Amino acid sequence: MKDRNVYLDNNATTPLHPEVKKAISGLFDIYGNASSLHFFGRQAKSAIETARADMASFINADPDEIIFVGSGSEANNTVLNMLSCCSALCSSKYGGKRQIIVSDIEHPCVIETSKCMGQKGMTVARAGVQRSGKIDIGRLKDMINENTVLVSIMMANNEIGTIQDIKSISDITHRNGALLHTDAVQAVGKLPVDVKELGVDFLSFSAHKIYGPKGIGALYARSKAPFCPFIRGGHQEKGRRAGTENTIGIIGMAAAIACRRNEMAQEARRLTRLKQRLKDFIKDNIDDISFNGHPEDCLPGTLNVSFKAAEGEAVMLYLDMEGIAVSTGSACASGSLEPSHVLLAIGMEAEDAHGAIRFSLGRETTDEDIDYVIERLPAVIKKVRGMSSSYFKKG
Amino acid sequence: MDKPVEWVYTDIVKDHFANPRNVLSDEASYKEDGKGIVGNIKCGDQMMMAIKVDKRGIITDCKWKTFGCASAIASTSILSEKVKGMKVEDAYNISPKDIAAELGGLPEHKIHCSVLGDKALRAAIDDYYKRKGMPNKIKRNNEQIICQCMNVTDKEIENAVKEGARTYSALQEKTKSGTVCGKCKDRVISLLEEYSGRHYK
Repeated sequence: MKDRNVYLDNNATTPLHPEVKKAISGLFDIYGNASSLHFFGRQAKSAIETARADMASFINADPDEIIFVGSGSEANNTVLNMLSCCSALCSSKYGGKRQIIVSDIEHPCVIETSKCMGQKGMTVARAGVQRSGKIDIGRLKDMINENTVLVSIMMANNEIGTIQDIKSISDITHRNGALLHTDAVQAVGKLPVDVKELGVDFLSFSAHKIYGPKGIGALYARSKAPFCPFIRGGHQEKGRRAGTENTIGIIGMAAAIACRRNEMAQEARRLTRLKQRLKDFIKDNIDDISFNGHPEDCLPGTLNVSFKAAEGEAVMLYLDMEGIAVSTGSACASGSLEPSHVLLAIGMEAEDAHGAIRFSLGRETTDEDIDYVIERLPAVIKKVRGMSSSYFKKG
Repeated sequence: MDKPVEWVYTDIVKDHFANPRNVLSDEASYKEDGKGIVGNIKCGDQMMMAIKVDKRGIITDCKWKTFGCASAIASTSILSEKVKGMKVEDAYNISPKDIAAELGGLPEHKIHCSVLGDKALRAAIDDYYKRKGMPNKIKRNNEQIICQCMNVTDKEIENAVKEGARTYSALQEKTKSGTVCGKCKDRVISLLEEYSGRHYK
């Protein structure tokens, strides 16, 4: 049974970085409300503004362009919701345009929100992807028209790791006078992100995917882009997001990002190497598999594999019994009956999508962890296939 | 870190999942008296069950294979133990509820996975009747499978309508039809209209 715990679900969330722990453990006595004018309030305010400036510089934004929110999902909801605002002021900002375009592989917080926008009278178009998970740019070009107000395409996909060419997408979008939002929750802190170079109008990111605390995220909103608040009723964040600031979360997020500055490049090389070891092993030792996602333009630590005829939830739970934590595209694990919409969008058969396993490595993943997975994985796949009614390979 | 953390499944489910009983490993040489395959691999669930029956009509052995999740594996494992020694007629009437109860309960959204085992068992028993030249015993002889994923027949849909299901979602709730790939939706809706008309107008 299990001899160690190996956490390979870093795209779901990550452990706190020791430096983040250190940074926030000293903060519990900074309790002032950042809106208060007295000493206690000023103390909190000053810490928040330092954090904001540090974070802004990490993605080459101005501090005023960073809005703290409760999560990546809130950041995404904020952007999509503002476009369906029917006030005269907002309508004039968006020039009466009513079409939004989102990709087929967005996070549910974008897809579901876009469906809601559809019910509010917006036109929602869905940009398809190729087998690699890359946006079909030619078709995107055809979709954008003078009625398009926003294009929302995620920078790196959480399930298959595919990284989009946001720069090209932004050129096409802006040529047509539309705004571009990118959900960069899986990208910021893992890949170099420069909002000016990318040319995005809005960009969502989050702390807990990069070893920061949960419950804090940020939205970059270009200073010249229109804005309409999602949560109202307070002057915080310059009136763009009401609610008393999450001081500990904000400082924790800034600390996480400060660590990424120093560690990101080196870690990316290390994770790429570890992932390659796992990938090579699977390729050479387990039959009837396929790798999902783009072979090169992929998050360094993300490896998505389909094991034919091996149902994903069963594989995931047998691996859990061995102490190995992964996730699956199988419907059964998610509580719905549909397999992963991302895997279906890249053109996989539902059967293969039900057998997809995502290994997502992180800064704490070691060579010994990969050794352990290599040792245990083949027996698990063999066991599940041994009882599979749809696996007929001999031997 | 190493404190035991509760599973979403009960200990009985976990035990049957970790050590599934009666998995058919030698399919080619297994001399079954009846065999049934239900579900649809495209929808992520498929179950094969094979039984041996003696001269008195008692199930002496039961083996299975599946492309299914933990609850499909566990519920079929426990079912395969339960039916050994039972008369085929009695085994035919085991309900998914009985199985879920023996497993100490299943999460709500997992119930549909557990019905596969008992449908496969009934398909295997039907096959046994057919091979023995007793097709009159096959209760589903005149029925047609409408929902391929959940193996729901027109008869079951009709019964659900008679029992009060008046909307598509009520039918889904009662029969689980159309809850997986959803391709049968139009067909189910037209049957719903037909049976509602036949029994209530």
